[in-house]
Amino acid sequence: MILGHEGEKKDLDNRTITMNSILTYIAVNEGKIKRSSLEVLSHCNRLAESLGWESAALVLQPDAPEVLNDLKVCGPSKIYTISHPLFRQHLTAPLLRAVGVAVETVNPNVVAFASTEGSKDLLGALAAAHGSAALPDMSEFTVDEEGVSGKRPVMAAKVVSSVRAKGHPVFVSVRSGSYAVEENPKESAVQELSFSFDDADLKTTLREIITASTDKIDLSEAETVIAAGRGVKDEAGRALISELAEVLNAGVGASRALTEAGDYDPSLQIGQTGKVVSPQLYIGIGISGAIQHVAGMSNSKVIVAINKDPDAPIFDIADYGIVGDLYKVLPPFIEEIRRVKGQS
Amino acid sequence: MVKFYVCLKQVPDVYAPLQVKDGNLIQDAGRTVLNAYDASALEEALVLTEKHGGEVHAVLVGPEKARETLRKGLAMGADSGVHIMTNGDESYDSLAYASILAAYFKDKEYHFISCGKQSQDTDAGLTGTMLASLLGLPYATNAVGLTLEGEAEPHLIVKRQGDHGQEMIDLPSPGLVTCSNDMNEPRIPSLKGIMQSKRKPVETLEASSLFIGDQEISTELLGYEEKPSREPGKKYEGEAEEVAAEVVSLLDGKENLI
Repeated sequence: MILGHEGEKKDLDNRTITMNSILTYIAVNEGKIKRSSLEVLSHCNRLAESLGWESAALVLQPDAPEVLNDLKVCGPSKIYTISHPLFRQHLTAPLLRAVGVAVETVNPNVVAFASTEGSKDLLGALAAAHGSAALPDMSEFTVDEEGVSGKRPVMAAKVVSSVRAKGHPVFVSVRSGSYAVEENPKESAVQELSFSFDDADLKTTLREIITASTDKIDLSEAETVIAAGRGVKDEAGRALISELAEVLNAGVGASRALTEAGDYDPSLQIGQTGKVVSPQLYIGIGISGAIQHVAGMSNSKVIVAINKDPDAPIFDIADYGIVGDLYKVLPPFIEEIRRVKGQS
Repeated sequence: MVKFYVCLKQVPDVYAPLQVKDGNLIQDAGRTVLNAYDASALEEALVLTEKHGGEVHAVLVGPEKARETLRKGLAMGADSGVHIMTNGDESYDSLAYASILAAYFKDKEYHFISCGKQSQDTDAGLTGTMLASLLGLPYATNAVGLTLEGEAEPHLIVKRQGDHGQEMIDLPSPGLVTCSNDMNEPRIPSLKGIMQSKRKPVETLEASSLFIGDQEISTELLGYEEKPSREPGKKYEGEAEEVAAEVVSLLDGKENLI
């Protein structure tokens, strides 16, 4: 332990005592905090409050102060920032180093992330580097002085396992939609951590980023998700999907068959291999409901399925199953939504 | 010539029927498969070495029964195999597996270690980056495409699926890459491949000789429970207009989602 770091306080006899804390990593995309990070932070705020611990947040950005006002709305008691141009992109080595600096300074019991491709890239390496345990992709978790316990779906999300990790810190990531965002406005104390990085330590080079231009609404954050499957065969079908998404202000995702065929961008794949979504409303269109896909959407609150095969497995989990040809059902379905919303 | 090591894992088949009884997961122990993500990692290493020359070695940590999965890797085309034998009743977590593999690779020479980005039973996705960290290797995760550049000092150009797009990452050797199953369709071993695999060298080691057992198990599996089941809702069949209107009206009124 490093003497005099942030996580330590002196008691009356001047002995060093450690303040228990939870540190939440705040993911940001294009200047906006990801909702999934605020979900995790809200949960950590509640846990910290009930235990009398400190809830802290970590922001790694080219210009960290930019997002602080938004972050204080879900106020952690303390915000640590590192502003560095390297955080403009996802670069593994500087991110590992920066989280390491924060862990050494704050000495948290738990470091919590929203489960994203970005955090999946870091979690194992962080745990190994700190000789710590990691619990990835949790659907719920709680903490105590010994460590973290909670639940995570396994076997393609067909069963739930109970797991426990001991140690200090424990690294945890949480599936999006597992917790609600709770506003808790606070004038959080902010501290910039000192950080330097030699470009020679980058080792890997990011040559290029190929961004999907169609990615209008972040799929993993959307309240409503429209998922296209094999039944969506052509341009006309995809146009209906876009129209429905627009009228519902929904994110669009696709099954593996369609992302592999190149009909939808690979970043839009929903399922075990792709993104896990848990929106308020999921509408699966021409989706059969293969295990791989269901693993990525079965925690949606309300599931609607449109499929012409009455025996499609998606109907086993759908709250509302429309048996019919999507090309015939979608036009009146969209029209009816417009009417209800007073748009026509 | 480029030298790959590909890490393989035998996993329970997630498509096989399963049930939970008294907190235990009950499944036909015979229904095991090569982890699909590892299969993609192996396939890509084979494709690259078929094109550019080089060698591919398969490494598996697992019990006696997992030998068949290592054999499958050899039948697909790996040049040799390493079986790091476990008893099958150890409760190794991701870090323990990564430590065993790190101990094995410590004094080996290679350009790239490749493995699946996660295993399809637990979906944890930790072992690859833990191994990279323990070996001090640069790494890239969630590869959906690989190309090889450079002769004397091979580089992998990794197309990585990130949150908002695909990142092209130049990974120098030695390095580690974890692969998505979106990268390719792993080949099915040919009869010739299966015959040849029987003559390929397999080295067997004891996991306990590589794993320093004084490390306290840091994560524990406490048990399993059934996922709260979703009751199938109502099916609507009939005229498209009527059905559409009925469901939209329920989504609006009853569910308040529109």
